[in-house]
Amino acid sequence: MNLAALTLHEAREKLRKREFSAQELTEAVFRRISETEEKLHSYITLSRDTALKEAKQADERLKTNNNPHSLLGIPIAVKDNFLTRGIRTTCASKFLENFISPYDCTTVKKLRASGAIITGKTNLDEFAMGSSAENSAFFATRNPWDTDRVPGGSSGGSAAALAADQCIVALGTDTGGSIRQPAAFCGVVGLKPTYGRVSRYGIIAFASSMDQVGPMTKDVRDCALMLEAIASYDPADSTSANRPVPQYSASLTGDVKGLRIGIPKEYFVSGIQPDVEQAVRTAVRQLERNGAAIKEISLPHTDYAVAVYYIVATAEASSNLARYDGMRYGHRARAKDLTETYMLSRAEGFGPEVKRRIMLGTYALSAGYYDAYYLKAQRVRTLIKKDFDEAFKSCDVIIAPTAPTTAFKIGEKTQDPLQMYLSDIYTIAVNLAGLPAISLPCGFDFEGLPIGMQIIGKHFDESTIFGIAYAYEQSTDWHKKKPNL
Amino acid sequence: MSSPRTGTKRNLIYKAVMKYETVIGLEVHAQLLTQSKIFCGCSTKFGQAPNQSTCPICTGFPGVLPVLNKKVVEFAIRTGLASNCEIACSSRLARKNYFYPDLPKGYQISQYELPICTNGHIDVAMNGTVKRIRLTRIHMEEDAGKNIHDLRGDASLVDLNRAGIPLLEIVSEPDIRSTEEARNYLRTLRAILQYLEICDGNMEEGSFRCDANVSVRPEGTTALGTKVELKNLNSFKAVEKAIEFEIRRHIETLSDGGRLIQETRLWDPDRQETRSMRTKEFAHDYRYFPDPDLLPVVIDEAWIGEIRASLPELPDGRKARFMSQYDIPAYDAELLTSRKDIADYFESALTTHRNPKAIANWITGELFRLLKDRKLDEKVYITEWPVQANNLAAMIALIAQGKISGKIAKTVFEAMADSGRSPQEIVAEKGLEQVSDSESIEKAIDQILAAHPKQVADYQAGNQKIFGFLVGQIMKATQGKANPQKANEILKRKLMEGN
Repeated sequence: MNLAALTLHEAREKLRKREFSAQELTEAVFRRISETEEKLHSYITLSRDTALKEAKQADERLKTNNNPHSLLGIPIAVKDNFLTRGIRTTCASKFLENFISPYDCTTVKKLRASGAIITGKTNLDEFAMGSSAENSAFFATRNPWDTDRVPGGSSGGSAAALAADQCIVALGTDTGGSIRQPAAFCGVVGLKPTYGRVSRYGIIAFASSMDQVGPMTKDVRDCALMLEAIASYDPADSTSANRPVPQYSASLTGDVKGLRIGIPKEYFVSGIQPDVEQAVRTAVRQLERNGAAIKEISLPHTDYAVAVYYIVATAEASSNLARYDGMRYGHRARAKDLTETYMLSRAEGFGPEVKRRIMLGTYALSAGYYDAYYLKAQRVRTLIKKDFDEAFKSCDVIIAPTAPTTAFKIGEKTQDPLQMYLSDIYTIAVNLAGLPAISLPCGFDFEGLPIGMQIIGKHFDESTIFGIAYAYEQSTDWHKKKPNL
Repeated sequence: MSSPRTGTKRNLIYKAVMKYETVIGLEVHAQLLTQSKIFCGCSTKFGQAPNQSTCPICTGFPGVLPVLNKKVVEFAIRTGLASNCEIACSSRLARKNYFYPDLPKGYQISQYELPICTNGHIDVAMNGTVKRIRLTRIHMEEDAGKNIHDLRGDASLVDLNRAGIPLLEIVSEPDIRSTEEARNYLRTLRAILQYLEICDGNMEEGSFRCDANVSVRPEGTTALGTKVELKNLNSFKAVEKAIEFEIRRHIETLSDGGRLIQETRLWDPDRQETRSMRTKEFAHDYRYFPDPDLLPVVIDEAWIGEIRASLPELPDGRKARFMSQYDIPAYDAELLTSRKDIADYFESALTTHRNPKAIANWITGELFRLLKDRKLDEKVYITEWPVQANNLAAMIALIAQGKISGKIAKTVFEAMADSGRSPQEIVAEKGLEQVSDSESIEKAIDQILAAHPKQVADYQAGNQKIFGFLVGQIMKATQGKANPQKANEILKRKLMEGN
């Protein structure tokens, strides 16, 4: 049995039955990492020693606990923008190359308390700014399905690690599609929860009004279990939601009868790769056969989403990244005075995409431009939210492709930021509206690359998303396919 | 720039012709007396070792998020209610972006477009009349840390204990027309904050800071002149001096046919002048925008009602009460209530000896004089003053009982201020008790009369002025301790007897 290939719910069951120990499971995962990491570069930092120590402790707890937490003894890969005490957190930036946080983010704190085992910190686009993981200051991660291609981004390291069985489950963050798009590119499941569902405390901020932590998993059940484990109200995060966390796994009934699925016509237009469109339409027909009602809907302001996003997100980022000034931590340039210290530290510490976005955002907030850019974008953002409110009057979920294409080649879009930005065209509006959405495998293109389908739900209605995703997953075996490495 | 002190004859003539009106608006930053900082749990205690009161949140580490301290909102509402403001049912915190080493996040969380309080006013007493100063807004914000430049030769140091201490910024309309009005406005505002127990009002320690926007315009016109913003005003005196200096500079520049530029100027207390810090062209673009980490501050009517009901007595109310309850003249009542600590001291003294007028006179007379002489009037709370209220009252009681004279009392008062001891102890130790028994006074008088036969004869010859001289001699001989009333009586009797 290849232990590393197990899902969370499989591994949990077998750990409980003592078919193997958490140490054996962790060792299997690290064996897999050492076999494949050379080709993939999923991880920036591996924490093998502490992971094995944690596994040993987990085994002690498993011995005495008849009803262990679902994550006890489970090896988890964590995106390198989650602050972790004791393991450096680089955010894939030279600026934070040697930064060790004095505290754990809320999500990692919860993971540790439940006995999960952190395998290491996965690669991402620097400060989560990008759609291919190529903007990492250290190296590009490769797609396990085709190592000449990108794994997507920004949570590309987590997606690749998961698809290659370098972990059992993984964590990502999603500001404009950073969980869903790499999940689609790597053939795994990824959920962006409702804004406010999971604490942002201790996540290195990119765009505060959209950043959201979410699980990346090998199947839908794992995703539901993970969200149960990480969702909570956090008094340390003023934007977190003070409402009960449902038992998401209870919604995995396989029944979709009577559920109304909206298909937004604006998401199936020119630019979409034909086999992506076909796969998603086929999946929708499958759900229809299972008893769901399908309906075309309209999200009329879809065209503006990318523009709005790149104003709001960069404006927030320009301010969020001001703290990287070389004064208290991180990179500090040798300079002759204060101004030069600021300028050189930031010039040397940040990569080109981060600088581009800081400049864009600074411009959008500047006196004389604020009304025309930031304020206008916020108004259009409200219209985009209203589009969804309107649509959800007549449907329970919305289904669309996660990305217009499958994984593209490494280097293919690095010279053209606009082309790169367009790979998030279907995911961005969801972040602007604060809605939950999942991406799950729905087929392969003619080159054998995974295709992702996105299911968007109402605010805090992750349960319905899980129900439909699970029903679809049960009727296919896309999620069981593994890349040949 | 020409010095404002050097006026030529020509512009002196202009000045006589053209009269100017001064227009002043004040921005006050009041540090709030909360236990913890505005966005984290760190202590606000003053005087800690550098960077001791800090955490990842107030030092701007990656990933941290602010959580608004509810007490700060409550204090802002209290201030708004006490200054007749409208309280916004929903207000927003905004980021003010700029780089400086004492600003850990690279932005200050403040309020911009939707402040918590707007459209208020404060009534300020001015020589028997009342001047209403309108308030534009009151908003909540966090303080920055402190850069320390002269501790180490090769580096500047940063202390972030102050970063995240809650502040209220209180902005007046440009309704103030003179330095006197500015001073009285500041004193009244400070008194209100002290009465509300939300700010200690200490200007020198920086818990009550003031920036002034100053301009002048020809009398009778309404358009605002070019304004300057004055900073580094660390005392009431600095506020007055800096504004006076600026008014003079503005009038002289304009009278000379010169032009003023909009700029920020720093008061230099050593050279007693302001100098330019930055002009408008170099003004920061702070790129304010609503802070996405914080929700709108939503305040319901019920909470406002609760806070309104719990407001303490404010300076105006206390002044009126002092006048009616203790029969104290308006001027004294104003002086006594202008600072909460003084008003408390006064009422505390009354519990020991209920003589409001005498106590009021001693506080506004001797006590204020001594505080001023020792340059303590802006520095200490009167409650920390060595002469405790009960001791002052006890001393006044000794006067009333005839145990010491008013003149001796001044000596006792100085001794109390030096030692902090009770008047009874001081009187006993120094033997200052008034001599009232007729026998010893008579003895002293006999000696004086015997020693001054010529003066006695002169008096008896009709020179009434000699009486005063003789009394003086008696007081001298008794070291001022003779009960003056008794001494007068006996002396008069003796002189008549001798006649």
